Amino acid sequence: MAHDHKHGDPLPETVLRVKSLESLLIEKGLVEADALDALVDRYENKVGPKNGAKVVARAWVDPEFRKRLFSDATSAVAEFGFSGAQGEELIALENTDRVHNVVVCTLCSCYPWPVLGLPPVWYKSAPYRARVVREPRKVLEEFGTTLPDDMEVRVWDSTAETRYLVVPTRPLGSEHLDEEALADLVSRDSMIGTKMAESLAKP
Amino acid sequence: MDSIHDMGGMHGMGLVVVEDAEPVFHAEWEKRMFAMNNAITAVGVRNLDESRHARERMDPAKYLSSSYYEIWLDGLIRILTEKGFISEEELSGAVAPRPVSPPRPAMKAEDVDALMDKGGNYLAEEGKAARFVIGDTVSARNIHPAGHTRLPRYVRGHQGVIMDDYGLHVFPDANAHGKCDPQHLYSVRFASTELWGPEDGTKGDYIYVDLWDDYLEAARNAA
Repeated sequence: MAHDHKHGDPLPETVLRVKSLESLLIEKGLVEADALDALVDRYENKVGPKNGAKVVARAWVDPEFRKRLFSDATSAVAEFGFSGAQGEELIALENTDRVHNVVVCTLCSCYPWPVLGLPPVWYKSAPYRARVVREPRKVLEEFGTTLPDDMEVRVWDSTAETRYLVVPTRPLGSEHLDEEALADLVSRDSMIGTKMAESLAKP
Repeated sequence: MDSIHDMGGMHGMGLVVVEDAEPVFHAEWEKRMFAMNNAITAVGVRNLDESRHARERMDPAKYLSSSYYEIWLDGLIRILTEKGFISEEELSGAVAPRPVSPPRPAMKAEDVDALMDKGGNYLAEEGKAARFVIGDTVSARNIHPAGHTRLPRYVRGHQGVIMDDYGLHVFPDANAHGKCDPQHLYSVRFASTELWGPEDGTKGDYIYVDLWDDYLEAARNAA
């Protein structure tokens, strides 16, 4: 959304204002500095799309887990210890060779934190939020994803506290890979639905 | 409210710009902003819908030219000021910070993982009876509430089908304004051609939107 200035290069008054706000909230006892550090560490280093990739890889190799994931994603994902804020009510969406799912939050930035971490800037940006509900195929083409005309596209607008995780289709020729190697093929964007899972590198 | 945040379907926003190998945060101030906005949830001075409604009320021109954490900064200052927990005079240093008494203690570093792993709860035990069942054809009401709403403009007045009932949930339009009014939340499927017309929509594609009971009415010409 930052048309006027880059993200790493904010207006000087923004940086100052954030500092003033933090000092004030700490002084008033509303936040504690080391809790802020712990929150940053959690979402910078512990919770991210590698979580979701593990879930998807398990769903590719374990049919019983796959069933549990599509019937109650919150519980199935909790088997990995992933749960909580911005993922209290998770729903897994199954991509097939006939249906492709893609997720957006047109009103703000809702995103399944426990499995994907924090959203990339483009997901929260005006172009994505405005366009993907109206012309998902064009937006996906910009991500390099061309869908056949006879494939059904389902766009999910996260307007409530339900959070959606796309389970991409398993790449062809990946039968010999174990769960860990499969997880490496599952990108963040494939779980938002703007891309497919990585195809296998030619040997 | 019908403001700039409700962008679904708008033209003129340009191409989606994707940054390669994007870091989680782009600068130190983004980290602090993200963390403050989450940590302060623990003290119980504002709920999720109040927080969203505060962001929606940012000056629309500024909203479009701001990065997302700048929108959070504006929203957090707005809601805390409205609730009387901070003031512009305190922020600028013109007056000394006045003591406040939040309902609950501040988040401790050692509790961060447990609290974030737990998250919030938006389900309700009791509330209004469901007026619709899975398979019903419904219309999103043509309403324009001046307060907070999670009914996007682009579905209003359009017909869809109830695909799932997620159960009783706190109603955002009430929760942002000091009430609760729990009611059923549904997954409603709209055909692309219903929302965007036969020329601009795509036959066979669908948009699924989560909508509360009050947003819906029985479709006039339902089969």
